Amino acid sequence: MSNNRHINFKLMRDHILSLQDGETARGGKKYWRSLEELADTPQFREFVAREFPQQAEEWHDPIERRTFLKLMGASLALAGLTGCVFQPPEKIVSNVKQPEEHVPWKALFFATAAPLFGAAVPVLVRSNEGRPTKIEGNPDHPNNRPTEFPAEDPVWAPRGSSATDIFTQASILGLYDPDRSQTLTYREDIRTWTAFVGDMRSALDEQRPKQGAGIRFLTESIISPTLGAQMKATLAALPQAKWHQYEPANRDNVRAGAVAAFGQPVNTTYRFDLAKRILSLDCDFLSPVFPGYLRYSRDFIAGRKITENNREMNRLYVVETTPSNTGAIGDHTWEVKPSEFEAIAKSIAAGVIPQSPTGTASVNLPWLAALVSDLTQHKGASIVVAGDNQPPIIHALAHAMNDALGNVGKTVFYTDPLETNSVDQRQSLQDLVNDLDAGRVELLVILGGNPVYNTPVDLKLDFERLKKAKLRVHLSEYKDETSELCHWHVPAAHYLESWGDTRSYDGTVTIMQPLIQPLYEGKTALELLAVFSEQYDRKPYDMVKSFWQTQPASGQQQAQSAGAGSNQSSQRAQAPAPAQPAPAPAPSPSPSQDFETSWRQALHDGFIENSAFPVKTVSLSANWSNQNQPTTKPTSGGFELVFRTDPSIYDGRFANNGWLQELPRPLTKVTWDNVAIISPKSALSLSGVRNDGAIKGREHYVSMIDLVNQQGQTVRAPLWIQPGQPDGVITIHLGYGRRLAGRVGSGTQDQPLGFDAYQIRTSYAPWFTGIQVVEAPAEHQLATTQLHFNLEDPNFSREERDIIRSQTLEQFLHGEKHDEKRKYDSLYNDPYDYRNQDENTPNYAWGMAIDLNNCIGCNACTIACQSENNIPVVGKTEVVRSREMHWIRVDTYFQGFDPNHPEGVNFMPVPCMHCENAPCEPVCPVHATVHSAEGLNDMVYNRCVGTKYCSNNCPYKVRRFNFFLYQDWNTPTYQLMRNPDVSVRSRGVMEKCNYCVQRIQSAKIQSELEDRKVRDGEIVTACQAVCPTEAIVFGDVNDPNSRVSKLKANERDYSLLGELNTRPRTTYLSQLKNPNPEVKT
Amino acid sequence: MPQIFHHSTNALAKLTIYGAVFIIVALLWVAVELNRSSWNTGQWVERQQPVQFSHKHHVGDDGIDCRYCHTSVETSASAGMPSTTTCMNCHKQIWADSPYLEPVRASFRTGKPIEWLRVHDLPDYAYFNHSIHIKKGVGCSTCHGRIDNMPILYQAAPLQMEWCLECHRAPERFVRPRQEIFNMEWRPENKGQEQLAEGFRLKSEYKIQGRHVLESCSTCHR
Repeated sequence: MSNNRHINFKLMRDHILSLQDGETARGGKKYWRSLEELADTPQFREFVAREFPQQAEEWHDPIERRTFLKLMGASLALAGLTGCVFQPPEKIVSNVKQPEEHVPWKALFFATAAPLFGAAVPVLVRSNEGRPTKIEGNPDHPNNRPTEFPAEDPVWAPRGSSATDIFTQASILGLYDPDRSQTLTYREDIRTWTAFVGDMRSALDEQRPKQGAGIRFLTESIISPTLGAQMKATLAALPQAKWHQYEPANRDNVRAGAVAAFGQPVNTTYRFDLAKRILSLDCDFLSPVFPGYLRYSRDFIAGRKITENNREMNRLYVVETTPSNTGAIGDHTWEVKPSEFEAIAKSIAAGVIPQSPTGTASVNLPWLAALVSDLTQHKGASIVVAGDNQPPIIHALAHAMNDALGNVGKTVFYTDPLETNSVDQRQSLQDLVNDLDAGRVELLVILGGNPVYNTPVDLKLDFERLKKAKLRVHLSEYKDETSELCHWHVPAAHYLESWGDTRSYDGTVTIMQPLIQPLYEGKTALELLAVFSEQYDRKPYDMVKSFWQTQPASGQQQAQSAGAGSNQSSQRAQAPAPAQPAPAPAPSPSPSQDFETSWRQALHDGFIENSAFPVKTVSLSANWSNQNQPTTKPTSGGFELVFRTDPSIYDGRFANNGWLQELPRPLTKVTWDNVAIISPKSALSLSGVRNDGAIKGREHYVSMIDLVNQQGQTVRAPLWIQPGQPDGVITIHLGYGRRLAGRVGSGTQDQPLGFDAYQIRTSYAPWFTGIQVVEAPAEHQLATTQLHFNLEDPNFSREERDIIRSQTLEQFLHGEKHDEKRKYDSLYNDPYDYRNQDENTPNYAWGMAIDLNNCIGCNACTIACQSENNIPVVGKTEVVRSREMHWIRVDTYFQGFDPNHPEGVNFMPVPCMHCENAPCEPVCPVHATVHSAEGLNDMVYNRCVGTKYCSNNCPYKVRRFNFFLYQDWNTPTYQLMRNPDVSVRSRGVMEKCNYCVQRIQSAKIQSELEDRKVRDGEIVTACQAVCPTEAIVFGDVNDPNSRVSKLKANERDYSLLGELNTRPRTTYLSQLKNPNPEVKT
Repeated sequence: MPQIFHHSTNALAKLTIYGAVFIIVALLWVAVELNRSSWNTGQWVERQQPVQFSHKHHVGDDGIDCRYCHTSVETSASAGMPSTTTCMNCHKQIWADSPYLEPVRASFRTGKPIEWLRVHDLPDYAYFNHSIHIKKGVGCSTCHGRIDNMPILYQAAPLQMEWCLECHRAPERFVRPRQEIFNMEWRPENKGQEQLAEGFRLKSEYKIQGRHVLESCSTCHR
């Protein structure tokens, strides 16, 4: 097969000459990834033209050059010898006693749940020889059971979803983080657990006569039923002790909105698959921080499937204060200022709710009437959802609108809150601060969280406040800012090391089981809290088990699940909502009869059957609109400020996670930093701010601004100009500026890592506030990947390349075709025939289809790939040089010609295309990249000598080079983390996506052992498994009945840069939008 | 000025030039041969193990099946190493007091595993899978040699890629009927028309995949 893989060089030369001759002006751009690209600046052209310019620049710098030569000389002298090392003799450490189920070199999967924050994500964890190495979603969990995708849709599969989010994927790195706290300390001295228990017991003895009046517990929101019950029992024994809950990104607004609407806190769940019209009021429900996001995004995309028979699509309206992924997917997205938001929401409500108590429409926007009439035409099949950041009145409005639209009981359901004790967390923190200030606190026990860092400025738990508590205890995974100010620091166990329980978004209970003994001396919150009870040495396993033993058998009281399809008709629902067939009622043995069996079953399955909260009937209170919550008022002459949790490191708790730090944020593509996001128009109003594409060589510099809040507190932030940001609004992300996060997440005095947005955040305006902007005489280097790996080259092509395809549903249904691809003569000879490889051979031809209509830009594929394929983190300076190693990247394209208001945003995941005519292959001098018989573009690390010709010749820019030894070969814990089925690459070799060849081979071997062909869907690549919306489908393209073949036969299918005739195995399906024709913009 | 070099030195110069070519070729040949030699591959090198375990005794004399100890050879990539309890199955009765077996008893007593020395050590980037080779009719002795004749285990094959490819390029030379997989006395190679014909028949019967597939890099390297 190698003899017919030569390139036609004469044709190639003619082709290049013809392109160079045609110096016609380039047409206007329609899709662009950065403002620099839209403006087509000279710097941008230079940037794109050079493949690896950074080294060249180092040569201009005399010191760099000399250092380089010195190192080169040394490495040349040693180069000849490095190959001559004998492998050290290897030991085989056999078992003493063969563990149950364990087969050497075969992975086992265990079900548990990831309780990282808020509602938990049910997962299956892969364990290789006792080491957890990869996290997948639990497809059997009720939350993940199949959605009703249109049955004829090839993507529909009877299996459940194995999706997870970026945080869950990256938590495996958190487990093996060498910076995790490893020892229990008292005033920085190492102590034993017994010493800690002794100290706590004597403190408790002091408190007991006072009924615990001096004891305060501070926790994050507690969802775990066992921990909640334990906390309540502790408080019952110490009636004067108090329990406070605080998280910086709490859901106080949601709670207050529910209390206003229904008089009680509720948990709202949705059926997005049944909703034809969805209105998001600043709600980013397609971001992983929204509880139930995995289910909702899957359901939402299910409503956007166009098949032979289903020609209808849901429609998403988004009104938002800062660009989000949900806004990018929305069919209509309006960016508005926070101060105008309430009036707009009330005006929509005025149309939707007959005789709305909030008055008539006060704003006159051209799209309001069309939106209102579209919603009212879809009564019972629509959803209004309000964002966590928006004030309670917006939530009350959303509840009232859902009520007026008849959605309650059809697409919107209410249950009890997930938290065991739902409180107003701002008030809870306020109470604690009051007690601290009054000196009423003697023993402060902080279970998890990092309140010293993340409390608002007016209620800051700083040393002045904390020192009034005589004894302070902090349980946390890291020795962080809070541990520094506490006497006792207890290292917390990671969830993969702990027994526990938790609930997913609809209340379904998962018993968490440990995958590994605690690597360090980690303790769980259950163990620490037990110290304050009579049984202070109880083991978490016993606590969890005995708690569930005393619970009534599941499936008796709570027969109906809320989220995953309830057919319990509530008062408002006239007809039962269409629902999935209810699971057969579980046989209900008496609790004592066979608890052990059901316990084992629950552990094995990863959930307790029918434990979701039952749907609750709540009625709208009469005076839901009477709220005197202060709303954001624009400050004269100033900007409005929006706080958001960081898309990657959330509220700062994942700051020491390199995978997440280096993950490009979905819209800005910034890594390793947080920025102040501003619109292009507003940026112009700041005179000193440069707005012209600030690239210096390969580096990206931005101006800085000082943000001064009303109390005069200031932070300095790098300014990021973002298309689509509303004018006059600045958005900043929480979570950065950590001082004691660990060696990855902590900045130093000279080089801070991001800025601490908590320094200007107050408790009474946690999400929106007015702000003064002062231009700062400073510049900041940002590592953004927006310009990296550009597929467009303005220096070369005369017209826009065929990268993104997006159409409206109407255009698609009328058969409007995209412009026919220009056909060039092929540079290659006839391709190898993959349909007939040899006798006896199953003739697989692996291929992938990526449906752009499904992609919500969540980045989960990138992290899942990083986890599966042992991909290293390179650090900020290397990202600046365009050396990030991600095998699959998600490109974000903006659409239209107006930088202020792009017409749309498109996400495009780009892995290796596995071209049948791969341009990388003929240029490799050492055959390090060659084709396999099944169509994989194999990368042979051991042959690679690092010429990088392949990367230069790759039109898709998917190849990644190990410029340095990026991989950490020394840290022992990282060695435990790695996937043993994938080689760990060293310095000087090229690498790229290989379609998870390890999974292909293991499925192939399994099929051969069982004398059959590989079944369709048996091989699931890491990116495919993690995708919540099934945008990625992998399979055998030689099998006409495989899902991937059916997708490739779809009329929307196209090849990226297909005109190059590279014949990529990865193809894309174009995106469809469903705008309302009546909306005038 | 007289000549510095005598005419006869021309011959020496020529000899040096031609000789250099020869020396370079010879050096290359030496390098290649050294690379293939057991000095590099570890072939034939007997490894002293913590327990003086004799395969010759257990396989050859006692006739214990390979799978009694290497349990996962038919199902997993790794053939598996016996746990201490497997040894103790017999040795709590037989040779229960033998001083040779003290390390095994110590392991059983203390729960500390025995650390064996790996004899067949492939590079970490080669992903060999035992189960599929067994399934496709590659016998134990094809790669591991006459284990039943080895009092102390050594590596019988060079385990270099060219050696792997001998079979991946022409499996018919080495495959044998499945019922003979664990037969130590089966012929090492199919030679002659008749045996090769049987090899081809087995290759087709066992659906051993085509050369292109078996030669693809990602078949063994990931």
